[in-house]
Amino acid sequence: MKLSPDNINQPVWGSSSPDSQIRTIIRLLSLLKPFKGLVILSVIFGAATVGCGIGLMAASAYIISAAALQPSIAMLQVPIVGVRFFGISRGLFRYLERYISHDVAFRLLSQLRVRFYEALEPLAPARLLQFQSGDLLNRLIEGVNTLENFYVRAIAPPFVAILVMTFTALFLASYDISLVITICIFWIALGIGIAAFVHILSSEPGRNLINLRANLNKALIDSIQGMPDLYAFNAAKANKDRINSLTLNLTKTQTRLARIDGLKHSLKILLANTGAWMILILSIQLINQGRIEGLYLASLVLVALTSFEALYALPDAAKYLENSLEAARRLFYIVDAEPEVQDAVFPINLKFQPNKPILDIQNLWFKYPIDDQSVDCKDKRHYVLKDISFSLQPGERLAMIGPSGAGKTTLVNILLRFWDFQEGKIFFAGNDIHLYSQTDVRRVISVVSQQTYLFNTTVRENLLIAKPDAQDSELVKAAEQAQIHQFIQSLPNGYDTWIGEQGYLLSGGERQRIAIARALLKNAPLLILDEATVNLDVRTEHQILGTIQTLMEDRTTFVITHRLTMLDRMDEIIVLDKGKIVERNTHQELMHSDGVYQRMWNLQHEIITAQ
Amino acid sequence: MNLDKRLFEFIRSSQTLFYFTIFIEIIIGICVVLQARTLSNIVNQVYINGAMLNEVIVNAMTLLALIFIRAVLVWSGELSANQIAAHVKNDLRTRLFNHIQSIGPAKLVAQPEFSTGELSNVITEGVEALDSYFRQYLPQIISAAIIPMVYLIFIFRVDPLSGLILLLTAPLIPIFMVLIGSRANELTKRQWRMLSRMSAYLLDVLQGITTLKIFDRSRAQIEVISVVSNRYRNTTLGILRVTFLSALVLEMVSTLSTAIVAVEIGLRLLTGQFSFEQAFFVLLLAPEFYLPLRMLGTRFHAGMAGIEAANSIFNILETKISISDSKAMSEGEPQSVSYTKTTKFSTIQFEDVHCIFSDQRAGLNGITFDINYGETVALVGSSGSGKSTVTQLLLRFLEPTIGQIIIDSCPLSQILIDEWRNTISWVPQSPYLFNDTIEANIHLARPNASHDDVIQAASLAYAHNFIRKLPDSYNTIIGERGMYLSGGQAQRIALARAFLKDAPLLILDEATAHLDPELATQIQKSITHLMKGRTTLLIAHSLFTLTNADKIHVLDSGRLIESGTHKTLSHQESLYKNLISTAGVKP
Repeated sequence: MKLSPDNINQPVWGSSSPDSQIRTIIRLLSLLKPFKGLVILSVIFGAATVGCGIGLMAASAYIISAAALQPSIAMLQVPIVGVRFFGISRGLFRYLERYISHDVAFRLLSQLRVRFYEALEPLAPARLLQFQSGDLLNRLIEGVNTLENFYVRAIAPPFVAILVMTFTALFLASYDISLVITICIFWIALGIGIAAFVHILSSEPGRNLINLRANLNKALIDSIQGMPDLYAFNAAKANKDRINSLTLNLTKTQTRLARIDGLKHSLKILLANTGAWMILILSIQLINQGRIEGLYLASLVLVALTSFEALYALPDAAKYLENSLEAARRLFYIVDAEPEVQDAVFPINLKFQPNKPILDIQNLWFKYPIDDQSVDCKDKRHYVLKDISFSLQPGERLAMIGPSGAGKTTLVNILLRFWDFQEGKIFFAGNDIHLYSQTDVRRVISVVSQQTYLFNTTVRENLLIAKPDAQDSELVKAAEQAQIHQFIQSLPNGYDTWIGEQGYLLSGGERQRIAIARALLKNAPLLILDEATVNLDVRTEHQILGTIQTLMEDRTTFVITHRLTMLDRMDEIIVLDKGKIVERNTHQELMHSDGVYQRMWNLQHEIITAQ
Repeated sequence: MNLDKRLFEFIRSSQTLFYFTIFIEIIIGICVVLQARTLSNIVNQVYINGAMLNEVIVNAMTLLALIFIRAVLVWSGELSANQIAAHVKNDLRTRLFNHIQSIGPAKLVAQPEFSTGELSNVITEGVEALDSYFRQYLPQIISAAIIPMVYLIFIFRVDPLSGLILLLTAPLIPIFMVLIGSRANELTKRQWRMLSRMSAYLLDVLQGITTLKIFDRSRAQIEVISVVSNRYRNTTLGILRVTFLSALVLEMVSTLSTAIVAVEIGLRLLTGQFSFEQAFFVLLLAPEFYLPLRMLGTRFHAGMAGIEAANSIFNILETKISISDSKAMSEGEPQSVSYTKTTKFSTIQFEDVHCIFSDQRAGLNGITFDINYGETVALVGSSGSGKSTVTQLLLRFLEPTIGQIIIDSCPLSQILIDEWRNTISWVPQSPYLFNDTIEANIHLARPNASHDDVIQAASLAYAHNFIRKLPDSYNTIIGERGMYLSGGQAQRIALARAFLKDAPLLILDEATAHLDPELATQIQKSITHLMKGRTTLLIAHSLFTLTNADKIHVLDSGRLIESGTHKTLSHQESLYKNLISTAGVKP
């Protein structure tokens, strides 16, 4: 299965069958299994809360009804105790119910986060390429947070309602079965009827609302980010009109939905009161017929009226369930993807042998998997890498250059076992690369890439990911070699300064030095430099290149770049263009060959002030 | 009490609806009273007087009618509250957008606290958060203040003792709410912070997962996520316990008071001081009495979220637009001189132009130069030298702080902005592509152009070939299905726009990003073609374009250091020569 951000965005409407909806519910419910006891407890307390409300009103009505006959006070002792009990315990039960149900919800979430990450980890980065934008990842996390409502607001209320209805029905049945049948009709009308009614009425405007909000958001982002272009082309006014009409449409659609929402609220009141009214009329008839004592009339009406409290949350539960399922469907969709690269069943040990090439690539062909059936799979044009062959001897320095989009970074990802290739062979340390476990291969490679990711934590932690058990002295040594130690010392808290998103922001050059320090700490025999200096200005680049020299000492190095620097120090240069090797030789030779390399060199040295 | 004066300003325009909503709330309260009275009457007749169903049928029908009326009133109350909310939201969205527009492109970039995401989020989600404030919280506050009073009036008439109990216990609810509320307020905020911190942590791990994998640390995160998540659960539950406790207290006050009322009237009934009908009436109203106050508790969150949203909204609305900027930004302001595309200007003169930004940073420190009709004038300098400020001034995204720009003999500030911008084609270094079709993106330059014009412009910009190969050719929507264009492609779309606009003055910011020799040749050819017959201001980055410029001005820290041609400048000791040599070019 291939992931695409479009699928994840598809609204649940129509696209997922009821069958798959049920499967999603079952999967979510199965996650609740470990906390079965807590779930049962929270449902019982929830029902007890409503039950106390019913009991309070029923007992109170009984007290005054009985008192009206002016019996001795002893007759009222039991109901008075009952009233006191219900009055005090309702609040307590509510507290317990809330506490336990939220506990369940948070346990579920915490389990979900772990499961989600466990499933996601093997998929990275190949299957997640489409989600690299922080926005989508963010929405996945939001999706997990949305599921906070799944238990508390979608699953628990129906069970509480069923429990309350059962006991109320039993109570009413002790008077007359016709009361039970009548109240059941109103319960169903309120609990299920309103939910269905609202769902039908609001599904179309609801869908419109989602689209309108998305469109407004897109249009706003366009108008803010594209403001200079809009102004320059005198299009700001037309754009403003467009935004205004979108806003107006949004308001109109929301008004339609608010009408339905208001109707829901008013229908709840109508049904609960008419239900109680029906019980009143029926009870009066039963009293007239002498089948019930008049003493119970007030209590019966109030039991009927207050029993609806258990159902008030149901129409909304349907909405929460829908949202939860939508969020869950997105999560499961990602979690269920097959990892791009499977590990060998019995991986062999990775050991470099001095007499064998570290890397030997033979006739490698690679293309990204495509869903599109119309594309001819045999068509060689879709390959990103075409018939690549080269080898890398221990201690050798090899550079691969080419315009951006030539397939250089793809090759690095294949070497790191993030992608698997279709044809050809890669021998790593003398054996087929498929025979090793992925982690073993990565263990012997250090990568300094153009985007150094810094985690939102301290400098120390950011260095330690390269070698978790490193001593402080090791950290300092690596930082010194990367010429970043002095800078770190100058930070407010030295090595314990928080960097990244919420902390101190590092410049491009500083980030790359951190990456170099990480590589030094990892101390892997094979070093890959993937456009390591591409985002830096010319002066910083020169300084960093000096540091990189240190890193390259005693290491087999594979440099990938489209900025032609330090290439005169390479043993061999391979020029890649549109997935093919077009030239290979040393710098001196290539400069005299009137090829792509020479043209790129000339072009680069025409640019005088890059921004 | 979560009431913000600034928010009340917005209701002013829908005052009638506001009073109507309050009126409906009162009528609903009266309905409830009548309902209780009718019900207690029916029960009294049947139970005490032994009446038959047909004797009470009129009352029963009245009761049913009251129920229906109440339901209809509830609906109309919600509708009118919604009307207010809809009005306010629409109004705020329009105002916010207008305000952001009037901050303008140059200044918006200089306001890092307003990121695009933040701004669009406030307009969509932030304003939306006010919905429940106006639809639920505000009406609830009003009914909590009025409805219990209505009930109390009726209860006092029937039974002053019960009325007194209710009157004395009722204030406990708001008192507890304020007591717990202020703490809960802070706690809820803390819970949100906890949640967003944990979400940020997860996001961090997911974004950096490739790095973690390379260092073989990704599996280790499973344990960490579990620990962090459980810690979050414990802390959050600790925080929520306070909120739940407040619910418990509110619940207790109302149930216990109802219980006390029930027992107290029951005991008085025993001694015959009181009639059953009256007693039942009071019992029915007692829980209704507390309901609005309790509901206020459940809507507390809506009120808080509303205030929070209001803060971020007013934060934007109250950002001042400096006068000089606003003058530049306002569309079609009355100006004395009209200027049309056909007018051929003969010179653009920068006369001692200074431009100082609001943060006291100087963009330009007094520059003077001319652009004559038909000339190609190139600006060179390292980043931050003031090149782009010149562009922004010419496009009138900014106004000079000191000095002026003169078109022939007329100051630029006197010329109608729209007409002036019509004479300019601007090719920025990183053009913005709108979330629309490729065709619409090119069309932006001349809305009345035909499809053939668009294709012709795209061909001249060497864009036609790659556009043709896109899934839907010219109708491909940018940004959909991961359809993003590369830097080189976007640059060519911008060139196509310039060809289509066909304006006499060209402002061109050369791109440097790609190093594909074939593509670079194409773009250079296209630019050469575009410059033909036009006056061009060039922000130059490559030797190729510089050798073709009539005049080169070298900028450094907002000052004009050197002027000349490529030939004269590269034959003397100059900053220009220095710039060229760092790139490794032999002059």
